[in-house]
Amino acid sequence: MTLGLINANPVVHAKKERIARSEDSHAILDFALTNFVRDIRDPEHPYSLEQLSVLSEESITVDDKLGRILITFTPTVQHCSMATVIGLCLRVKLKHYFPPHYKVDIKVSPGSHADEESVNKQLNDKERVAAAMENPNLRQLVDECLYSDENEL
Amino acid sequence: MELKEIQRLEGHTDRVWSLDWNPATGHAGIPLVFASCSGDKTVRIWEQNLSSGLWACKAVLEETHIRTVRSCAWSPSGKLLATASFDGTTAIWENVGGDFECVSTLEGHENEVKSVCWNASGTLLATCGRDKSVWIWEVLPGNEFECVSVLQGHAQDVKMVKWHPTEDILFSCSFDNSIKVWADEGDSEDWGCVQTLREPNNGHTSTVWALSFNASGDKMVSCSDDLTVKVWGTENVGIQSGGGFAPWRHICTLTGYHDRTVFSVHWSREGIFASGAADNAIRLFVDDNESQVGGPQYKLLLKKEQAHDMDVNFVQWSPGEKPMLASASDDGTIKVWELIS
Repeated sequence: MTLGLINANPVVHAKKERIARSEDSHAILDFALTNFVRDIRDPEHPYSLEQLSVLSEESITVDDKLGRILITFTPTVQHCSMATVIGLCLRVKLKHYFPPHYKVDIKVSPGSHADEESVNKQLNDKERVAAAMENPNLRQLVDECLYSDENEL
Repeated sequence: MELKEIQRLEGHTDRVWSLDWNPATGHAGIPLVFASCSGDKTVRIWEQNLSSGLWACKAVLEETHIRTVRSCAWSPSGKLLATASFDGTTAIWENVGGDFECVSTLEGHENEVKSVCWNASGTLLATCGRDKSVWIWEVLPGNEFECVSVLQGHAQDVKMVKWHPTEDILFSCSFDNSIKVWADEGDSEDWGCVQTLREPNNGHTSTVWALSFNASGDKMVSCSDDLTVKVWGTENVGIQSGGGFAPWRHICTLTGYHDRTVFSVHWSREGIFASGAADNAIRLFVDDNESQVGGPQYKLLLKKEQAHDMDVNFVQWSPGEKPMLASASDDGTIKVWELIS
């Protein structure tokens, strides 16, 4: 990539201890899920989405009864052009983790992005998502966020 | 009334995006045929067995498109099949003694082609795509296709193009929430946008995924990511003979029936329109004769919950005396349904 970084100096947070907090099965599922997606690497930095506070344990809600998952993430900057890539990463990773009939909605948290409405619309247009995943460059970027440096995080 | 599953067709190895019944089949002893297309990059041709009434895959059209095949459309004569792909091309296939040969490839769109449609006489073809444009192609002898117009006007990718069932008037719907009406206004020989249906005039408030016409062509139904279905009407479908263009107006909005994106609508010749949505359900709507003045003029006839295991991407009624409904889904299957009263 020839362009400069969108956010050159992100605030990096410590990774949290991973201990299940409750006996409640939903909380455990949410917790396991959060563990699963929070190690995704940021498209711009060698840090995980959790370390950059893009995702937290509260980001993910699962409704097993309806088979629905809602993920809300917070881009590090208001004009983050990587928001759609982060959305793709989350979608791809969840697809491997959940049964295929689960409906996944992905949004940026309210007020966290300058083009909130259009980013949300794009993130949930499944035709655009399908086309993006057939684009070799985007696919490679997503794969790098999901699978590279996994052990170092 | 019941929507009864006749058959569940497996074969595609990825989501099925769309299908199209061959309009020249289903009468005079010709078995019903339809084509389906998928994220697995192939097109499948399905034919009904006249004695068993069941469908079987007769051909797999592969190794031509190198990405998702998003849309397919038979010419009115049923002899040619057009397929639109995310690989940026539209392929034209001819049925030669049961074998399908790719006889032409239409190139020009910058990237994903999302929809293809033939006009009523089979002389024009329209395509649209992510590059925000709508292309009109003239069908020439010898399987030649010449681009006669590139229509710009949509602000975002164009999801679907649909010709009016009798007139050479083209409709397109888009990620920009609008429906545009395009016509060749005669004197200039140039195609132009004659109307835009959008939010300030009761239009959709999110992506418009599809639209369909009733049998007489004076009504149109559209469906959207805004979870509504809207019915539109016009006084006069023609545009020629000196009269100007009769604009389309909003008749009613069906709200509260769908709770996830509505991807597909199709109006049967009998006046029933079906919707397919991301909540896995198929719904049928009919004219409500007992509607109060000012109230919605269409009512829910039935809802088939869990019609598929995943999103229903496409629904279409068959030709023939007793129409059947076919549906295509993210679950990789196609289902054929019969409406039983």
